[in-house]
Amino acid sequence: MTALLDTPTLDTDVVARNRIRRGRRRRIVIAVLTLLVVAAFAASLVFGKTNYPPSDVLRVILGHDVPGASFTVGRLRLPRAVLAVVAGICFGLGGITFQTMLRNPLASPDIIGISSGASAAAAFAIIVLSLGGTQVSVFAIVVGLGVALLIYALSFRSGVAGTRLILIGIGIAAMLDSVTAYLLSTAGAWDMQEAMRWLTGSLNGVGWSATLPVVVALVVLGPVLLLQNRNLAMLQLGDDAAQALGVRVERTRIIAIVAAVGLIAFATAAAGPIAFVAFLSGPIAARIVGQGVSLVIPAALVGSLLVLVADFCGQYLFDTRYPVGVVTGALGAPFLVYLIIRSNRAGGSL
Amino acid sequence: MTDAHTLVVENLELGYGNRTVVDGLDLAVPPGRITCIVGANACGKSTLLRSMSRLLAPRRGHVLLDGKDVHRLPAKQLARTLGLLPQTPIAPDGIVVADLVGRGRHPHQRVLSRWSRDDDAAVADALAATATTELAERSVDELSGGQRQRVWIAMALAQQTEVLLLDEPTTYLDINHQVEVLDLLTDLNRSRGTTIVMVLHDLNLAARYADHLVAIAGGRIHAVGDPAEVLTTETVQAVFGLTSRVIDDPVSGRPLVLPVGRYHVDDVTV
Repeated sequence: MTALLDTPTLDTDVVARNRIRRGRRRRIVIAVLTLLVVAAFAASLVFGKTNYPPSDVLRVILGHDVPGASFTVGRLRLPRAVLAVVAGICFGLGGITFQTMLRNPLASPDIIGISSGASAAAAFAIIVLSLGGTQVSVFAIVVGLGVALLIYALSFRSGVAGTRLILIGIGIAAMLDSVTAYLLSTAGAWDMQEAMRWLTGSLNGVGWSATLPVVVALVVLGPVLLLQNRNLAMLQLGDDAAQALGVRVERTRIIAIVAAVGLIAFATAAAGPIAFVAFLSGPIAARIVGQGVSLVIPAALVGSLLVLVADFCGQYLFDTRYPVGVVTGALGAPFLVYLIIRSNRAGGSL
Repeated sequence: MTDAHTLVVENLELGYGNRTVVDGLDLAVPPGRITCIVGANACGKSTLLRSMSRLLAPRRGHVLLDGKDVHRLPAKQLARTLGLLPQTPIAPDGIVVADLVGRGRHPHQRVLSRWSRDDDAAVADALAATATTELAERSVDELSGGQRQRVWIAMALAQQTEVLLLDEPTTYLDINHQVEVLDLLTDLNRSRGTTIVMVLHDLNLAARYADHLVAIAGGRIHAVGDPAEVLTTETVQAVFGLTSRVIDDPVSGRPLVLPVGRYHVDDVTV
């Protein structure tokens, strides 16, 4: 093709080189975050009330019997740390998917009621229906999708406007949280630990039976979401532009919503709606990586790191053992206020 | 270079809810030419353009690209032949110009394919064609309205379609940038034979730049053809309900519409 105007033509090689250079920061961040997640994971196995040398921890992971360590590390710390990593990834992925799709950081599943719905459903399934294991997760997904559909339907008025959806979602979240609180208060065996799990999220007392379904959900749904990554990024241009560029908008949106709600619901059924992790991961990732590139993988890693570090701090930094959700909540609430103030200043765009 | 794709609208009926916006419209877009669609607000011109690029499914009738119904073609396949620049596309926060232009490559990429040399070449070419090469590494947020519109057109060019539809590409632009954008699209049409269909607000610019002018009123075509034949006082009266005089534009020789309002009108001239 010929250049139309008399301007310097940027060589294809220069375009390619600049593109690769712009992507480099993201790759470095992904590498560093991965290392940090691995380090925090290892630290949460090694350190605690009793510290075990890394060699013992490694032997436990490899299946050897180490007196003391086999129980503390193998039965207590390992499933807990694995759930922290996996649930963090689920929340991070679910959050960034909604935030990207609705072009607003406030549109994350833990703000607009999807996590609250999954949590209320899990509490209902356990307390009222006496269900367990995967049945609880399935129940949480169904209700999570129902809440997503409800918010969508309520905010639909010739197209979905982001702000209306968020406000309706916040209202629904408040209603569902009160449902959870009511369920917990009527439960025969009132248990503070369990109450904290369904209200703010907690990793206390989790074993492999709680952790494995989340791992399976991530292995199945994570790739589904990653395969939609490019289409999802195209939706940022607006539905019309995305469709004009060959994206099947409705199909992409449905796949992304189902996968994201699935991840959130599975993680919530195991660990509760760990406060603000879905909401915080994307914006934190954007701060580190820079805007205008895909944040899906960085947000997943940030989510993972947040849960690991917050859980570690909650367990050992204070005299009382706080559930992870209390720590992430304490981090997230000021950030929420900050985002709202900033959005007011910027005239509504976040 | 183009094999002159044909774009034909047959007996098209479009609407939202129970409101009919376009009613039984037929249109044949002349291949390799510039077609401008004009009409009053809410006459259905943007709706027509949306349906031609399959953003809106028709209630009745067809939009045929090379004889095939665009609403039945695979999405990416259609997007390699026919592009649309919507009226208000959204630039993701902080995105760099070259990356935004690169989004135009989407229909040429597969889910897991890596960025190819063709993609980079198309971006380089689109930047050069729209004189945005120097802006390539800038954030879109920092650009002026005129620059931004050139970048959006660059994105549409990177799509490398031989038919390009644009919904009011000059809205919100100063007059110098309006002319710049329309000149750019004419360059594109003349040098590459791209078929261009655009909705324009400004009658006089439409008359100036169109090879083929379509005047729509009430969801139907009121007049269609050469601007000199279409743009008459009768057409302006019927389409816009406006009294006017139409003279020969001393610059282009095309028709020039002079509106006649209630004030500042010299009786002798009407």
